[in-house]
Parts: sequence; structure tokens; C-alpha cells
Amino acid sequence: MTSKLPTSSVNLNGTLIQIEHLTKVYQLGEVDVHALRGISVNVSKGEFVAIMGASGSGKSTFMNILGCLDKPTKGSYVLEGIDVGKLSRDELAAIRNKKIGFVFQGFNLLSRTSALENVELPLLYGATSNKTRKQKATEALERVGLGDRIHHYPNQLSGGQQQRVAIARSLVNDPSIILADEPTGNLDSRTSVEVMGIFQELNNHGITVILVTHEPDIATFAKRHIIFRDGKIKTDKINSSPNIASEVIKEMPMIDDEEEEAA
Amino acid sequence: MKILNILLSAFRALQRNKMRSFLTMLGIIIGVGAVIAMLAIGQGAEYSVKEQIAALGTNVLMVFPGAQQQAGVRTAAGSATTLTEDDALAIGRECPAVQYLSPGSAAGGQVIAGNLNWSTSIQGVGTDYLEIRQWPIEYGDFFTDQDVKAAAKVCILGRTVADNLFPESSPVDQTVRIRSVPFKVVGVLTKKGQNAMGQDQDDVILAPYTTVIRRLSHWPNLRFILVSATSLNDISVAQTQISELLRMRHKIQPYDPDDFTIRNQTDLAATATATTDVLTILLASIASVSLLVGGIGIMNIMLVSVTERTREIGIRMSIGARSRDILTQFLIEALVLSLLGGIVGIIIGVAGSSIISSIAKWPTIVTAFSIILSFGFSIAIGIFFGFYPARKAAMLNPIDALRYE
Ligand SMILES: Nc1ncnc2c1ncn2[C@@H]1O[C@H](COP(=O)(O)OP(=O)(O)O)[C@@H](O)[C@H]1O
Ligand SMILES: [Mg+2]
Repeated sequence: MTSKLPTSSVNLNGTLIQIEHLTKVYQLGEVDVHALRGISVNVSKGEFVAIMGASGSGKSTFMNILGCLDKPTKGSYVLEGIDVGKLSRDELAAIRNKKIGFVFQGFNLLSRTSALENVELPLLYGATSNKTRKQKATEALERVGLGDRIHHYPNQLSGGQQQRVAIARSLVNDPSIILADEPTGNLDSRTSVEVMGIFQELNNHGITVILVTHEPDIATFAKRHIIFRDGKIKTDKINSSPNIASEVIKEMPMIDDEEEEAA
Repeated sequence: MKILNILLSAFRALQRNKMRSFLTMLGIIIGVGAVIAMLAIGQGAEYSVKEQIAALGTNVLMVFPGAQQQAGVRTAAGSATTLTEDDALAIGRECPAVQYLSPGSAAGGQVIAGNLNWSTSIQGVGTDYLEIRQWPIEYGDFFTDQDVKAAAKVCILGRTVADNLFPESSPVDQTVRIRSVPFKVVGVLTKKGQNAMGQDQDDVILAPYTTVIRRLSHWPNLRFILVSATSLNDISVAQTQISELLRMRHKIQPYDPDDFTIRNQTDLAATATATTDVLTILLASIASVSLLVGGIGIMNIMLVSVTERTREIGIRMSIGARSRDILTQFLIEALVLSLLGGIVGIIIGVAGSSIISSIAKWPTIVTAFSIILSFGFSIAIGIFFGFYPARKAAMLNPIDALRYE
């Protein structure tokens, strides 16, 4: 029942994403909105990229294209050697299912569906047996520190916990890349650092992470900073000394603990 | 996605909106229930018609003047002038397979007794008529061969006529005036009830056919001849004998059609069954309309549901659901609705049929066919009316669905 994942034709030692001259134009009635005006960038395996920039600079548009949720107007996007622009609807679905984990600002969990079932969802659309599905989902939840909350419903979890469920869902299928669009945008600062800790931990285990944030504090945990302006890349530089979330958190006040526990 | 998982999530989705799911199903429940009940009534009617025809006596033949028309339907019955009293007497004489025989004539008219009057049909028959119809006299006597020969003004009343003209006293030996001709009542028939066509068989007066011809109808020929064969096996023999005799007497050339019609109970049953079939189809079609309306209800709710759950669809697509996964999900939801509705509808239809039976005293028969039919119907409705909303959901763009507020 599952669509076959397209296989790559070329081996690009270490290069995960190759993007060239990517543009995106939205048509709003008579007006054309140029959200992306020619983006070219490569991302290698194991990178931790933070994309920053003013609101409206095209970050989300870029992430949606990276996540195969949307298609560019022009330009090419090659993911692990596969030219994504040439794929059918079903092949794109398979890519989203197997290669990409997407984390949204608003969590996007299914309400009235338990944490475990939310995390199982990507496996349901793959070809996983019922038993391994449950096991994998439980492991993913344990990995984000929610092993004791697997039967909770989203409305019984705090924002930080919901985002952790979303992260567990994004990593349950062992994706090559996790994309997160302002994952900490709805979270307080302490919880944000905790979530960044999870991303760092995943990145240490070899998963490529690309996240969007407008908070410089959050970006300090990434190893590379790309700054967007008006649909173009303004700067792209390596952060040679990223902060370590697990250490930062020790120095932070514990004011939010009560709220977390109450949920 | 595995079918069991889809089913499970469909049940949960429907459970979330219990009231709405129930109301949607109600359309199908009523539709299927109505189809089952209507089919049960129609088939019950057909059954009881056959019963009553069988009760008429199965070795009875009717001879009518006039040619047989297609499909067993005779038009202008009795309008031909070909069947005479002599024909009837000849049949009695020369056809060995015929046991009893009664010539028949008929007239309609107003019957007056004292200050009461009643309008009914007057059947002119022979003395063997009651033997053939197996219809006993309740009290009094039947008329005699003597009365037939003399065209005596005597008559027997059916129960309905007796009850209406003589509500308090016994009609025997009283006088009734049929079209101003005075007749002496000699007997009253037992109650026979309705016939296959729903007519009251007791709303009748029997008199010697000679009397009816001479005093009432003034029509010299016979309207029918009622015959019983010596046994059930002899029916076709009797039919052949009568046919050959009449063809000879009427001087019909070989290859020319009969100018009379002989009908047995099987023919009658076929005609009556055809009538009840039409009734059944009519009832079922009316009921199907409500099933159709129920289907439209499903489509409506599924469309609402797709709109409400656009974000959910977006989320599912963002984590790898393909169009066909979404399509199956919504299609299965529509199917579950219509199937559950169908099952409950079948139960209600079967229960309703037996309630109709016991309250209205109508015979109803629920057949396996009608259950399978309505079950299949509800599946078809689920697929048909669920497909459009499901497709609409499946064709959404992931990002548009995710952005939907
Ligand atoms: N669906 C859309 N239709 C039309 N314009 C859009 C749409 N999405 C984004 N835009 C426009 O594209 C530009 C970039 O938006 P976005 O990628 O969301 O920026 P960011 O995430 O950096 O804030 C903005 O000007 C925004 O108004
Ligand atoms: Mg954005």
C-alpha cells in the first residue's frame, strides 16, 4: 500500500539539500507577492541550521518548500539526490513520511487523540506492523522525555510537552532531516531552551536540523546561521561556538516548573 | 494504512459527534426501514392473494365469451355474444372431465326491502354454483332445478346484503324488490370475506340464471360458465374438452382463434400476482425516495466534516498521508454511517413489519431478498454520496489545508 520512495541517482557525499535559484510568487488577486526571490543554499548531513530574519522575509515559505508541503514557483530542490520538483503527489507524501519530520509553531497535534497515537500516525501511513508501531512511538516519546505521558491528550499537556510530542512524531520514522518553523514561538524561555536541548541531542545523534526562529537567543544553539531579508539570503555564516542547552538550563530560574507539573 | 486502523479511526471520528452521526444515520434508518416494511407489505399482499385464490378451489375453470388478449388480460369481458345456455348444457353433457357446471349471467341494481335499499350485483347461476365455489348456505335453502327451469323469482342473499337489508329480522321468506321485480328470499349465504382483488364477496345476490336473463338483464347470452373438473389432475383435460367442444359448436376454423376464454386458477393467480407486484414496486419506490434523501444527508454531513477537519487533513498530509489515504478515511466514515444506519434500519423495518401485521392485521412477509437489497442499497449510498466529499478532502493541497482556519 505504500508508495515507493524515489531513489537518488547521484551520491553527493554528505550533501543533504541542494537548492538553486528558488523563487516563490504568491498571487493575491491582481498583486504578485514575491516571497522568495532566488535562494541558493546547500545543507550537509549533520548540520544544525537556524534561519532568522524579519517577519515576512520568506522563512516559512522556504521551510514549507523544504518540507515538501508546497512547491516553488521556480528553481530546483534536490533532497538526498532526488529532484523533488519532479515528484508526484504520492511520491511527495512518501518523502514527507520517510525523510522529513516537520515541527510547527502551533504544534499541529490531532486533538482528542493521545500522545502515543499522535506519534504513531506517521507509522500508520507507512508499512509498520501494529506492534513495532507502538514500540517505536513509545521510544520516540521516551526520547523527548515524555515516557510517562504517552496516554495523555494534547489538552492535558502543557505547551512545551505538546511540542515535545510533535518532535517525537517528527522523529519516529527516523527522518534524514527535521524541519521546525518557530518551534519555540509559543513557548516561554525556559521551555524553549528545553526544546532546543532536545534538538541538540537529536543533532548529536546525526539528525540534520533546520529551524526558523526570530529570537537570537534560540539561534545561539545552532551551528549555522542563515539570515533572510526580503526573500533573499542576507548572510550565511557558521556559529563556531554554539551554546549547549543542557548547560544553559542549569543557570535559568525555575519559575515555570509549577505550570509544567500542573498540566 | 491498514483497513482495521481506518475503521477504528472512522468509528472514533463518528463518536466525537454522536448526535450528528445519529441524525445522519436516521435518514438511512428511516429509508431502509421503510423499504423493508413496504416490501414486506407488498409481499404479504401477494401471499394472501395467492392463498385466497387457492381457497377458491383449484379445480375450477371459468369460461368467458370473447377472445383471450395478450398477457391474460381480457378487455370488454362478456361483450361478445358467443356463449349460450346451449353451450353450457352441451359442456355438461359431453365433457366427461367436467364434474359440476353452472351457467352464469349477471345484472346490477337497486334492491329494496321494506324501507331499506341496497345496491349490489345480482349473479344468475345454476344449482351447482355453491358446490363449485364450496360455499355453504348459512340458513334457508338454495334454489332448485325446478326454480331454474321455471325462471322462478327466488334469490339467496350474501351476508353483506342480508345485514344491510334485514338488520333485525331473518330475511328468509321475505320479499325483496330487485329493479322493482319482487323476489322471494329463500336463503342466506355464509360469510366469505374479500376476494383476491379486495372485493367483498358477500355483497352479492344469487338467483337462477334463467330468471336474471329473462327478468333483469334482458341479455340472452351467458356472461360466464363456471365449471369444476372431476379432479385436480383433470383440469387440463377438462379445459381441452371444453375448448374442442366450443370450437366445434361455434364452427371455428383450425388456426382461427377461440371466441371464448377458459381460465383456471393459475391464470387468475398470475394476474393477481402481477397486480400485487406493481403494488410492491410502487411502495418500494416511494420508500426508496426517503433512502435517497438519507444519502443526501450523509453527503451533506461529510462535506461539513471535511470543511471542519481541513486542518486535520493538512496535519495528516504533512506527515505522509497520501490522497488515497484521506479518500479512504472519509469514504469509510461515510460507509460506516450508512452501514450502521442500514443495519438499524433493517432491524426497525423487520420489527415495524410485524407491528403492522399485528395492529393493522395485514399480512407482511420479510424476505431475505429485501434485506439483502436494502443492505446493498445502503452500501451503495455510502459509497456514492461519500465519494464526492472524500475526494474533495483528498485533493486538498497540504499547505492550504494546514493554513485553513
Ligand atoms: N499563502 C500566501 N498567500 C499570499 N501571500 C503569502 C502567503 N504566505 C505568505 N505570503 C507572503 O509571503 C511573504 C513571506 O511570508 P512568510 O514566508 O510567511 O514569512 P516569514 O515566515 O518569514 O514571516 C509575506 O509577504 C507574506 O505576506
Ligand atoms: Mg513564519
